[in-house]
Amino acid sequence: MSKEEFCKMISVSEPGPGDGGNTGSWRVRRPVIDLEKCIPAKTGKPACFNCWLYCPDGVVTKTLPPTIDYTYCKGCGICAEECPSGAITMVDEASFIKEEK
Amino acid sequence: MHVIESGNVAAATGVKLARVQVIAAYPITPQTPLTEKLSEFVEGGELPAEYIPVESEHSAMAVCIAASTAGARAFTATSANGLLYMNEQLHWAAGSRLPLVMCVANRGVGAPWTVWNDHQDTISQRDLGWIQLYCADHQQIHDTVLKAFKLAETVSIPVMVCYDGYLLSHTYMPFELPEQEEVDAFLPPFAPTHFLNPEAPRNFNSVTLPDVRPDLHGNTAPGYMEIRKTLQGDLRRSLTEIEAIDEAFGEIFGRSGTPFLEPYCCDDADYVVLCMGSLSYQLHDVIDTLRDEGVKIGVMGLKVYRPFPDAAIREALCGRKRVIVFEKALSYGNQGALYADVKSALYSAETRPAVNNYILGLGGREIKTQHLYDALTESINNEAAIGDEPQWIGLKL
Ligand code: SF4
Ligand code: SF4
Repeated sequence: MSKEEFCKMISVSEPGPGDGGNTGSWRVRRPVIDLEKCIPAKTGKPACFNCWLYCPDGVVTKTLPPTIDYTYCKGCGICAEECPSGAITMVDEASFIKEEK
Repeated sequence: MHVIESGNVAAATGVKLARVQVIAAYPITPQTPLTEKLSEFVEGGELPAEYIPVESEHSAMAVCIAASTAGARAFTATSANGLLYMNEQLHWAAGSRLPLVMCVANRGVGAPWTVWNDHQDTISQRDLGWIQLYCADHQQIHDTVLKAFKLAETVSIPVMVCYDGYLLSHTYMPFELPEQEEVDAFLPPFAPTHFLNPEAPRNFNSVTLPDVRPDLHGNTAPGYMEIRKTLQGDLRRSLTEIEAIDEAFGEIFGRSGTPFLEPYCCDDADYVVLCMGSLSYQLHDVIDTLRDEGVKIGVMGLKVYRPFPDAAIREALCGRKRVIVFEKALSYGNQGALYADVKSALYSAETRPAVNNYILGLGGREIKTQHLYDALTESINNEAAIGDEPQWIGLKL
């Protein structure tokens, strides 16, 4: 059986952002990182990264500072829940739409 | 080698010769001696497999799913309520296209509680997406287990091997045991092309949305509906594989030629009885008696129930006067499931025979030759009296 045939038989996904479709369109609240509070951003050291570790969609980067890919971030809020310094706030998407207007 | 053993042992020796790698099972009457025999084989070092005792049938199927996903040849067996307890995992095994093989020693389903034979357990599981094969004697049980692994691994669809509880599972009959080398030539080791592999992590059977989705590489990955359509297409195509495997089996073991229907006295028959399991062999005596009386009658044992071999059924039954479907199960609130399937297969036939439906042997109710004779005589002589409602054989109240 070829890989192509197998991929028609069942749903197969690889770990990585975007293999569940455009999950960013699901989001009603957006995680926003406050860099004043974020440990690695504040200290300039690669530390913490709980948001990167816990994000079920793998859309947070392990960088200084961490960034979020909003194309695929589904807005679940796990990162905000897990952030030890309260640096992530979930903000209503509606407020961004107002801003854009 | 010629041996005399029980039907459960015929199944167990088939599983052993198939060099199964993982067995997970929970004992339930009348399947128990099969799993006991397998644990003996493993314990005694005759079968180098993992035998995983589990706390339920649901877990047995879950273990088999995991083992098969990791690339192992896996097997389980059950009966009746145990089969039904697996139900959710059975759908999962079919949807994830795992080549599992499971024996079911057919038993009636409670309530009321029964441990005796009928076909309600597997018939009620006909829409899972599994292949269902039925056996008429011990040789067929043994052979079908071997063929089932080959079939499952060729089409990536799990296969149920069904045989009558007690009537076959616990009775002793002579049958031929092949040599290991012959089986190895027929059934090479399971070589999955895709399995769980830490080197290349994948999520199998991940959630699908109503629509198709772009995958990580920008290709369009199938959605739920495409995946289900593929299963249906592959099940229909497996009818061709069943024929090919029957032929390949015959070349090595010398037993083949009736992949779907096993006819007895059917060449010139105006009347044909259709049924599944050991009942078709029991009917040979009745057919002989009726033949002596000059009735042109025969019986066909159906060996493949899902995918339904409708073309073979049409070809075999088109032009007959009457088809009489004997069933040990019922689609409650309607008719016998097999009866409905046979009628649907015949709908597009040029000349459609009349079809009658008899329900018998539920919960192990004894099936007497005289009762079969009477039912057939009634069906043949009082054609108009029998409508579309299933008739019952052997009722006492
Ligand atoms: S909201 Fe959820 S998906 Fe988005 S970045 Fe946080 S954890 Fe990841
Ligand atoms: S969890 Fe909070 S503090 Fe830690 S890296 Fe993420 S945003 Fe910064």
